[in-house]
Amino acid sequence: MTKLLKSRELLLSGIILLMIAGFATRADGFAEPGNLVNIFNDTSILIILALAQMTVILTKSIDLSVAANLAFTGMAVAMTNAAYPDLPLLVLIVMALGIGALLGAINGFLVWILQIPPIVVTLGTLTIYRGMAFVLSGGGWVNAHQMTPTFLNVPRTVVLGLPILSWVAILVVLGMIFLLTRSSFGRSAYAAGGNPVAAIYAGIDIGRTRFFAFVLSGAMAGLCSYLWVSRYAVAYVDIAAGFELDSVAACVIGGISIAGGIGSVIGAVLGSLFLGVIKNALPVIGISPFAQMAISGIVIILAVVFNARAEAKKGRIILRDRATAEVTA
Amino acid sequence: MSNTNTPRRAIPDRLGTPVSRILASWEVLLFGVAVLIFIANSFASPYFLDAWNLSDATFNFTEKAMIAFAMALLIIAGEIDLSVAAIIALASTAMGAAAQAGIDTAGLVAIGIGVGLACGAFNGALVSVLTLPSIVVTIGTMSLFRGISYIVLGDKAYGSYPESFAYFGQGYLFWVFSFEFGLFLVCAALFAVLLHGTNFGRQVYVIGNNEFAARFSGVPVERVKFILFLLTGLMSGIAAVCLTSRLGSTRPSIAQGWELEVVTMVVLGGVSILGGAGTIAGVVIAAFVMGLVTFGLGLLNVPGIVMSIFIGLLLIVTIALPILARRIKQANKS
Repeated sequence: MTKLLKSRELLLSGIILLMIAGFATRADGFAEPGNLVNIFNDTSILIILALAQMTVILTKSIDLSVAANLAFTGMAVAMTNAAYPDLPLLVLIVMALGIGALLGAINGFLVWILQIPPIVVTLGTLTIYRGMAFVLSGGGWVNAHQMTPTFLNVPRTVVLGLPILSWVAILVVLGMIFLLTRSSFGRSAYAAGGNPVAAIYAGIDIGRTRFFAFVLSGAMAGLCSYLWVSRYAVAYVDIAAGFELDSVAACVIGGISIAGGIGSVIGAVLGSLFLGVIKNALPVIGISPFAQMAISGIVIILAVVFNARAEAKKGRIILRDRATAEVTA
Repeated sequence: MSNTNTPRRAIPDRLGTPVSRILASWEVLLFGVAVLIFIANSFASPYFLDAWNLSDATFNFTEKAMIAFAMALLIIAGEIDLSVAAIIALASTAMGAAAQAGIDTAGLVAIGIGVGLACGAFNGALVSVLTLPSIVVTIGTMSLFRGISYIVLGDKAYGSYPESFAYFGQGYLFWVFSFEFGLFLVCAALFAVLLHGTNFGRQVYVIGNNEFAARFSGVPVERVKFILFLLTGLMSGIAAVCLTSRLGSTRPSIAQGWELEVVTMVVLGGVSILGGAGTIAGVVIAAFVMGLVTFGLGLLNVPGIVMSIFIGLLLIVTIALPILARRIKQANKS
């Protein structure tokens, strides 16, 4: 099991390195440290969101509302910053985390108390949250000149060779490794997704675990909302449209099983970096950015095929397709 | 994901519980809602009660409903297809490119439907032959299909369709009854017969209720699923023909977000998202409800994105209500 995961992560790292080397032959300087730092910085937000998504997927759920949550919270934070420039940044960040967590809690509540399937809940809240962003802003934009310099500059400030945005992502990665492998919540999350029935017998409250996974996912989307708005120096209704799929894709590529219970933080990070490298390489090697969507699609499909084959090995097959029947169910 | 809800899906020792009665009356309840919305709309706007206006209102749902019929079967069988809107985009792009190459109307329709079928077959093969989870597969193909449209079109648009092609989305059979509305009724009848009157329909229910048992009963699970994805692709292709003809142009962002509205329509129609239950009649009424809601809000000048809040709420509330009702019934019993 660990062997399998390890080999998978090694394999993915190898593919990413090969890709970087390959792109470097087509474009000078692609593999230079400065550019690699840029790519990592550019992928930081995706890494954080993928880890949020991963926690939810581990519990056999899915959160399609992360990007809409990001858009609403980002709009709220940007508008607050524009209206009250004197508010310290820390208050805004706490506000972003709070609003994000609240929106996540709504998802979690519907999944936990009403036991509505997560995909339906988050498909619904995905449109509701983005609609709320429109209602909040009246369709308007918050532009760079309306934001305070502190608000814009903090994530860009370079500390020890890396922008703070990258450091935040690294801290989140370390925090998530600790949370998922060294805390009771993390073990519950794996158990709730890996074998819900056994988890119940082991005394784990699956609903509560899912609820907290959604709250965590919402809070991280809230954190990303500030990072996103500050990085791109603009807030409007459609920011991060479709980004929820990127976060799912990063997880699937990183070997997190969509059926729950399987996956590692490093896998999700590598999955995000895989997408990040492709995204940054396309314009450099002269492929239209319009191709990115189709490439993500192909990568998702290939990753699902690959995952299914990796998972099939450990299942015992009584009748043909029994194992997959459980996966699809 | 029904697996996680095993305790809730256990078969009760007594049948004919209040649950089945609620399910049986879902269509009636929904019909009542449709009537109420109709009355509310006619009060809200003086322009609503006009034959041509009402005819225009049907365009709000006919194309989505055609896909919803096929999607209903798919969801009853315990699968889902999130790529339907992307199939429309790809089929529409293919038709646009063909129209520019000077292909006539019959050829365009064949191409639109053909692309739909091909996309459906691709989804179906991934899900039934490679036995992959349909949610992730169709999230992937959703990116892929629409992505191809973006590669072909980028920020441009196709617009030069032959004049006779406009009939499918803009033509009328007689008086105010549009071709699309007629097609919608025919599709509803065909799918109702398919689901409620054939062996195939029974197999769809069996797979949705207990795929494991279905396999032991000799139901060709893979084949049925493949056909269902093919049907969904076909209906998406037909919807693409109608929509492209109605709009008279193709952009890669065509039908963006429709997958959500189609799923909402199906679930609102009383089809269980966990599979195994639902009727075509329910989906038909749900189509009217959604069409009336969006048209009524449109008459009141509510922007589209705000309407989507209502759609999202509608989706969650309609699923939550039966669950709450069951919960209250159970609490009263004990």
